Amino acid sequence: MSIVIQAQGLLKIYAGQRVVDGINLDIVRGECFGLLGPNGAGKTTTLRLLLGLIAPDAGEISLLGQAIPQQAREARLRIGVVPQMDNLDPDFTVAENLLVYGRYFGMTDAAIEARLPELLEFANLAHKRDVKVPTLSGGMKRRLTLARALVNDPDVIFLDEPTTGLDPQARHLIWQRLRELTARGKTLVLTTHFMDEAERLCHRLAVMDNGRIISSGTPRELIADNIEPQVVEVFGEHAAAWAQNHAAQHAERFELSGESVFCYVRDAHPLLHELQQHPELRYVHRPANLEDVFLKLTGREMRE
Amino acid sequence: MKTNHYALPQLSLRFLPIWRRNYMVWKKMAGPSILGHLADPVIYMLGLGYGLGGMLPEISGMSYIAFLSAGTVCYSTMNSASFEALYSGFARMHEQRTWEAILNTPITLDDIVLSEIAWAASKSVLSGIAVLLVIWILGLAHSPLSLWIIPLSLLVGLCFASLGLIVTALAPGYEFFMYYFTLVITPMTLLCGVFFPVDQLPAALQTVSAMLPLTHAVDLARPLLNNAIPVNFMADIAVLTGYALAGFYVSLVLFRRRLAQ
Repeated sequence: MSIVIQAQGLLKIYAGQRVVDGINLDIVRGECFGLLGPNGAGKTTTLRLLLGLIAPDAGEISLLGQAIPQQAREARLRIGVVPQMDNLDPDFTVAENLLVYGRYFGMTDAAIEARLPELLEFANLAHKRDVKVPTLSGGMKRRLTLARALVNDPDVIFLDEPTTGLDPQARHLIWQRLRELTARGKTLVLTTHFMDEAERLCHRLAVMDNGRIISSGTPRELIADNIEPQVVEVFGEHAAAWAQNHAAQHAERFELSGESVFCYVRDAHPLLHELQQHPELRYVHRPANLEDVFLKLTGREMRE
Repeated sequence: MKTNHYALPQLSLRFLPIWRRNYMVWKKMAGPSILGHLADPVIYMLGLGYGLGGMLPEISGMSYIAFLSAGTVCYSTMNSASFEALYSGFARMHEQRTWEAILNTPITLDDIVLSEIAWAASKSVLSGIAVLLVIWILGLAHSPLSLWIIPLSLLVGLCFASLGLIVTALAPGYEFFMYYFTLVITPMTLLCGVFFPVDQLPAALQTVSAMLPLTHAVDLARPLLNNAIPVNFMADIAVLTGYALAGFYVSLVLFRRRLAQ
């Protein structure tokens, strides 16, 4: 397995605050690597450091064998980026956006034109080729941004919250396309705060909070390492009172959040038996997922 | 390890694809743009030149409209570059995030700033050619020396694009540009011999005027349109070039600091 991105001891300080605080990463060819974390955890800053858009206050980065940020320009020839905020050219059509962007990589117009049909096909935008960007839907714009990131046939693609703001249909189409890319051997690095996205797409994940990686591994490892395998959610107006009196007897760990009680258990049977004695309570029994891990690691309070 | 915001610009031809991008956008609305470049100077020259000029004697040995035509060339080219560097530049940097998209490619901020200056100066050249056509059509200049107005427009454009980008680099929003136009561009227009000779001003203001770039542009344009070689052309070119280079460097440093956030 060859390492395409390596970072050691990354530090970035803004106004005295350690936005990125001692991050180490090893990302191998062909994997989809996810950076997970609440708003302000330092995910986007980490991406910007890896791309060489900003310089770290300490630490070393190697991207496709190039030292970053010193050789960032050379490395970016083989990099694609899907930014968090839409920055397509609103004055241009779909095809013109791809053409103009390809030129930034030093590609000839003929080389870009030759790639256009494949890119448009990949983005499901062949029928929108000559349509101006402002008339596209949110999902189409995202797909165009993805196609634009592929214009130079990059080895590594960075995606900053690629499906934020999209409806479920649009998200599924993006996911499908991203899986196709890893199947072709492309390396993906994405940030997200959607757990289902991370669980479906990422081979490996790092959970970030306050500028640090607090846990990392495959989605299954993260769940196995951090949390009990079964979750019973109890909710309704009587849930809180029940939890205070009984939850601790039947669950290894429980958390109260509003009118819901989250009970984390290795064996759910005793708890389910207990709940059946309380017809006033409603509950759901399910396996633990990444969201449970995420909330355990980063807390339930709002981040604003 | 820290980035050095004060490093000298690294120049390359990588700015050309960005220039082409701006040209592609401009082509889509070339009609209104060219009309604007033509209408503004025509209105000034006809209105002030014939209207006001009809009441005036000859100035510096020429009719007032001929006198005004040199000022109009400089004023129009200055405005073209300034508007492009401020409003359009800010839109590309901030609102449309065009720069952000470009910075994810092998193009650097140095290339982008150079492309902004080159593009804004191109708009000045277009504006200069438009005014020159009006001057020829009105029969206000006949000499081949007047063709030097075209490279002069480029130099004036480079100068005011660079200065304008300093303001763009500092601007929190579009409203900020009013300061620059009210406190810099408008006084410059009145102090630099566009509408009347600088020697009409009090001595103190004449000293100020001599330091302003537009004065040196007018000092070049007026003789060129009157079939004469400008007396101090080396000094005038040096001042305009100096402003352009200083503006490029200062704006680049400011953009580096702004975008490092």
